[in-house]
Amino acid sequence: MGIIIDNLDLWGDALWGTLVLFFAGAAIALVLGLIVGAMRVSPVPIARAVGTVYVNVVRNTPLTLLFFFFAFGVPLLVGTRVDFLALGIWALGLYTATYVAETIRSGINTVPVGQAEAARALGLTFSQVMTLIVLPQASRSVIPPMMSVLIALLKNTTVAAGFSVLNLGSIRAYLSERGENALGVLLWVMVIFIVLVLLLGWLQRWLEIRWKVTR
Amino acid sequence: MTSVLYDVPGPRAVLRNRVLGVATVVVVAALIALVVWRLAVTGQFSAAKWSIFTYTNVWVQIGLSAVRTLAAFAAAGVGAIVLGFVLAIARLSEHRWVRIPATVIVEVLRAVPVLIFMMLLYYGLPVIGIRLDSYWAVVIALVAYNGSVLAEVIRAGVVSLPGGQSEAGYAIGLRKSGVMRLILLPQALRAMMPVVIAQLVVTLKDTALGFIITYPELLYYAKLIGSNAVYGSPLIPAALVSGSIYIALCLGLSYLARVVEKRTSRAPGVARTEPIDPRRHEEQTVTQVLSAQIDPLDVPGDGGPSR
Repeated sequence: MGIIIDNLDLWGDALWGTLVLFFAGAAIALVLGLIVGAMRVSPVPIARAVGTVYVNVVRNTPLTLLFFFFAFGVPLLVGTRVDFLALGIWALGLYTATYVAETIRSGINTVPVGQAEAARALGLTFSQVMTLIVLPQASRSVIPPMMSVLIALLKNTTVAAGFSVLNLGSIRAYLSERGENALGVLLWVMVIFIVLVLLLGWLQRWLEIRWKVTR
Repeated sequence: MTSVLYDVPGPRAVLRNRVLGVATVVVVAALIALVVWRLAVTGQFSAAKWSIFTYTNVWVQIGLSAVRTLAAFAAAGVGAIVLGFVLAIARLSEHRWVRIPATVIVEVLRAVPVLIFMMLLYYGLPVIGIRLDSYWAVVIALVAYNGSVLAEVIRAGVVSLPGGQSEAGYAIGLRKSGVMRLILLPQALRAMMPVVIAQLVVTLKDTALGFIITYPELLYYAKLIGSNAVYGSPLIPAALVSGSIYIALCLGLSYLARVVEKRTSRAPGVARTEPIDPRRHEEQTVTQVLSAQIDPLDVPGDGGPSR
């Protein structure tokens, strides 16, 4: 317990860093993922192709490499120094967006065909079919896999540790300067992550029961 | 391609789709052009920055680091599959004293970020006098994490099999181990093969985390080349080269997953249990297989992303 109480300031900052990476990354991932997911089922062939290329390329790139690219490439692109925290958020968001897109697409596939057929038989257009019939149903069946994606995002925030963003992944380096025992620090980090993941898992079950689709 | 979501486009829809298509192309092309232009302006395509890639020795070193990446991946992949089987069988056990500890182990290993586990092995263990090579830290962490994910995948595969399969096994006089080994696991593994390979892609990608704990794999070497001041710190060229290698390796594995999936779905002997939805789109996604095969309350904590 001493490791935490003696360095409460640093643990607070690290937890804050992790949460900022998580929530900001999730916001980018959900918005972009929704757009890309919609592109992948849209009637426009080129939009489908662009979505497919984006998802396949980014999903097959290690997150660490993406971070590497953002940390060293983006400052060159924009021509000024950029805060590593912002770069980390974008790297996490763009990476997770591909998983969000795939989850949304698979969620759309779980909606019974009859639902879309009935909607089309009524003469609804693509956007009406999507927004009125398919997406409301898909969004419910998508909750468990989407929470899995978010849990993965939470764990992925630690990768930012390799690029000097203070978070729970990098706290070991800071605390070892203060002479703390690395094993103890890392065990506490593990405990915090288990608690956070259990919290998200609990939220997932709660949402699932609340929004269950009755079929 | 047609979809249930929209009709075969008529003349006006075709026109509108073309307009939208052109707009997409313009936006994407503009983005790419912006990136390329900025890279060109900052001299990333200059001969000086790429000249380091003209040396044989550099490519030999790139090859060696790729081999180290693959070595960690191979060891971790095999280990994860073995651990996955052990944990899956333990979680399916009828004895509470086996099942409950296995469940706790799986849940804990899945909840801890791989990088933290690697750090624990590499920086944490020396405190109590155990010094691990960075290679072993990478491999053990990947085995622990991916093994626990695979355990859930294999268990889900077994659970989704029709009950008659194990009943028939018992009826012909097999014991519990025989039913599991000869009847349930082979079918479960075949049904879950695409997901298993998808998880192996995750394992391959996660070897790049070894870069943070100084395992000299591909990304580590890319960083080394990239910080070479003599060649003008060619970080972007190094990232592009190593990125292409990673993407090629992972796409190869993903392609294998798709081939295996097509094969198994064609093979007559495989009982396609009903969770595989016949109206799915052509390319099925991992989450889809998982969500289709698993009791919704039991989806593994990680839908493929490494995390």
